[in-house]
Amino acid sequence: MKTIKSVIGGAALLLAAGTAALAARTDLVVGVVLEPPHLDPTASAAAAIDEIVYANLFQGLTRIGRNGEVLPSLAESWEVSDDGKVYTFKLRTGVTFHDGSAFDAEDVKFSLDRARAEDSTNAQKQLFAAIDTVEAVDPATVKVTLKAPQGSFLYNMGWGDAVIVAPETADANKETPVGTGPFKFDGWAKGSAVRLVKNTDYWGDAVALEKAEFRVIPDAAAAIPALLSGDVQAFPQMPAGDALAQIESDPRFTVKIGATEGETLLSTNNGKEPFSDIKVRQAIAHALNREEIIAGNGSGYGTPIGSHFSPANEAYVDLTGTYSYDPEKAKALLAEAGYADGFKATLKLPPPPYARQGGEVVASQLRQVGIELEIIPVEWAQWLEQVFKNKDYDLTVISHTEPNDINIYARDDYYFDYDNPAFKEVMNTLEATADPAKRIELYKTAQKIIAEDAVNGFLFQLPKVGVWDAKLEGMWENSPIQANDLTEVRWAD
Amino acid sequence: MIAYLIKRIAIGLVTLAVASAVVFCVLEIVPGDPALLMLGMNAEPEALAALRDEMGLNQPVLLRYVDWVSGMMVGDFGRSYTYSSPVIDLIAERVLVSLPLALMALFLSTAIALPVGIFSAARRGKAADTMVMGAAQVGVAIPNFWFALLLIYLFAVWLRLVPAGGFPGWGAGVWPAVKALIMPAVALALPQAAILARVTRSAMLEVLGEDYIRTARAKGMPRRIVLWHHALRNALIPVLTILGLQFAFLLAGTIIIENVFYLPGLGRLVFQAITQRDLIVVEGVMMLLVATVVLVNILVDIGYAIVDPRLRTRR
Repeated sequence: MKTIKSVIGGAALLLAAGTAALAARTDLVVGVVLEPPHLDPTASAAAAIDEIVYANLFQGLTRIGRNGEVLPSLAESWEVSDDGKVYTFKLRTGVTFHDGSAFDAEDVKFSLDRARAEDSTNAQKQLFAAIDTVEAVDPATVKVTLKAPQGSFLYNMGWGDAVIVAPETADANKETPVGTGPFKFDGWAKGSAVRLVKNTDYWGDAVALEKAEFRVIPDAAAAIPALLSGDVQAFPQMPAGDALAQIESDPRFTVKIGATEGETLLSTNNGKEPFSDIKVRQAIAHALNREEIIAGNGSGYGTPIGSHFSPANEAYVDLTGTYSYDPEKAKALLAEAGYADGFKATLKLPPPPYARQGGEVVASQLRQVGIELEIIPVEWAQWLEQVFKNKDYDLTVISHTEPNDINIYARDDYYFDYDNPAFKEVMNTLEATADPAKRIELYKTAQKIIAEDAVNGFLFQLPKVGVWDAKLEGMWENSPIQANDLTEVRWAD
Repeated sequence: MIAYLIKRIAIGLVTLAVASAVVFCVLEIVPGDPALLMLGMNAEPEALAALRDEMGLNQPVLLRYVDWVSGMMVGDFGRSYTYSSPVIDLIAERVLVSLPLALMALFLSTAIALPVGIFSAARRGKAADTMVMGAAQVGVAIPNFWFALLLIYLFAVWLRLVPAGGFPGWGAGVWPAVKALIMPAVALALPQAAILARVTRSAMLEVLGEDYIRTARAKGMPRRIVLWHHALRNALIPVLTILGLQFAFLLAGTIIIENVFYLPGLGRLVFQAITQRDLIVVEGVMMLLVATVVLVNILVDIGYAIVDPRLRTRR
């Protein structure tokens, strides 16, 4: 057997060497865990859609870069009026959609109006809420007037939900997406893979890959052999679990632990006894040992957080010390709140390992201070229905993966049931502020308020465990937005 | 024979009707809002309402049931909530994976099990019988997903003879598609073959103890002929029953194997549809499976009648 293997291996090596001498590879198979329900990023919250089409197939006026920065995309440049209410975008010229039709200001107007229309099914409709009118001044100029100044407007236009689509093809994008990006849609074998090919008429720098395939591999046990056999060359988010150490020690692969926008929380029902008492929430915060929770979260990676903000963001403040791990103090606070003997509550856990496994660690830590948690595993659909929609819960572990979403704490009737006028005030000021330095200060204040109020147990930033062939260059290490941008990916010669 | 067939078909139709009501009711009760699941945590109430309208979820239950059943009569299974394509297309795509896989596995398991079972029965109590049945016992005990992982590590990761999983589609050519199904078929077939071999053996042994076998031998008929002609035919009824059950299982119950090999088959479709509350797809696949089971049962009944002429006249 050994000799058979080395003969086959030798032949494979020869073959590989032969092709490598000719040219670098130009095809790539990327493994993804979830299959997208369809391929229209403007009609669903499913991250699985953006993880295929964002920046590859579809583009917006702006785009989010690999470090979370706002970059020009279909808008070459823009001017903002002094009152911060009028944005004049200068569009790129010579851009065509994949079906050959030309891109111009009317497409931008159509896309933005469609997303904010009354019967729109856009999952992030609030991104467009500030828009008052959209006007196509000439084919290469679009003027967007806001109802009030909005500091995050350019960032909002970089979301996958704000990509520009053509009126003629918009309705068919779910099955046959037509965008302006450097890759074209080639085919979708349902349940199996989505294939893209290089767009030879692309307006910008051509991509190095000729073909890219996103292959759906939902099972961790299947992902490892797929990687080891070379069938799949990259997993931007590897469901590796315990097998990660095996891959890390293999020189054929690169393993990069990056950051996501996923703040993982012990979400707390602030409107319900006894959690409506701040002393109880502070006690919970003191009872949580983040290092232990991260060690038990399924991947063993993650950055501790003390508020609802990504450590990768420049406005981040480290607030993990606000209520440091101190079980004695937690017990004292519980006694002060009138729960000297602790109390019983439920902990609803959705399916991802960080929740199911991390949640068990949380439950054992809270037991140390006298809070007995009954663990109730729920499916996604149940979680959304019971916890998120009907607030029928005490505690739950969940990662909030939308980027820059601290404003959810200002929402009325959100599932945290948190209501602090001071925080809402900060968010309102932030919305109306465009000056970057002032915005950073406001973000910092906001982080401190929710940390001190101990709204939720702030656990850790969800890691992005990326694994790919060591010869592959240009993959994103972090995921500042839900995307697998392949535009700069190439095989090293 | 005709009366026998008509009765079987009538029972089948009643089963289908009852199943459609049960499937529909059960899925009505399951909690979870498909629209909320699609739009996620940032959805605004008006966007949700618009989507619910678009999906037809606001109509009364009874009306939706009648719509659904009458649609199915003319081959319209409705539109998937999540994939926005017709359910029938989704099912057709998946059947192109699941059906060949099930047939390959069934063929493999029958081709292994029948000769092994007959061989064992003919050598009852001898060393060969003990060994073969011991192996079959191990085959029954091994979980098929574990066996599948062994196959993957041996043939895909180590020898690199076949892909570790996935399905290129029939468009990629017959051989690549068949190649992708070989390992899953083997992983499915071996445990089934082990069960089938044991059933074949015990059915054969029972028949071999009958008087007419002794008579046939006594009148000087060669052992081989008695075994293959007289005994096998009479032993086939339990074997057919198991085969029918196995086919239904292979078509729909292969979700674990489909996950290990990430094959886009029917099992995966149902699983995915349930987690995403794509109820119309779940309902469609369920009905298809019920129909398949009913059809297989009718075929098995016809099979009984062919092997055992007495059944043709009896009720």
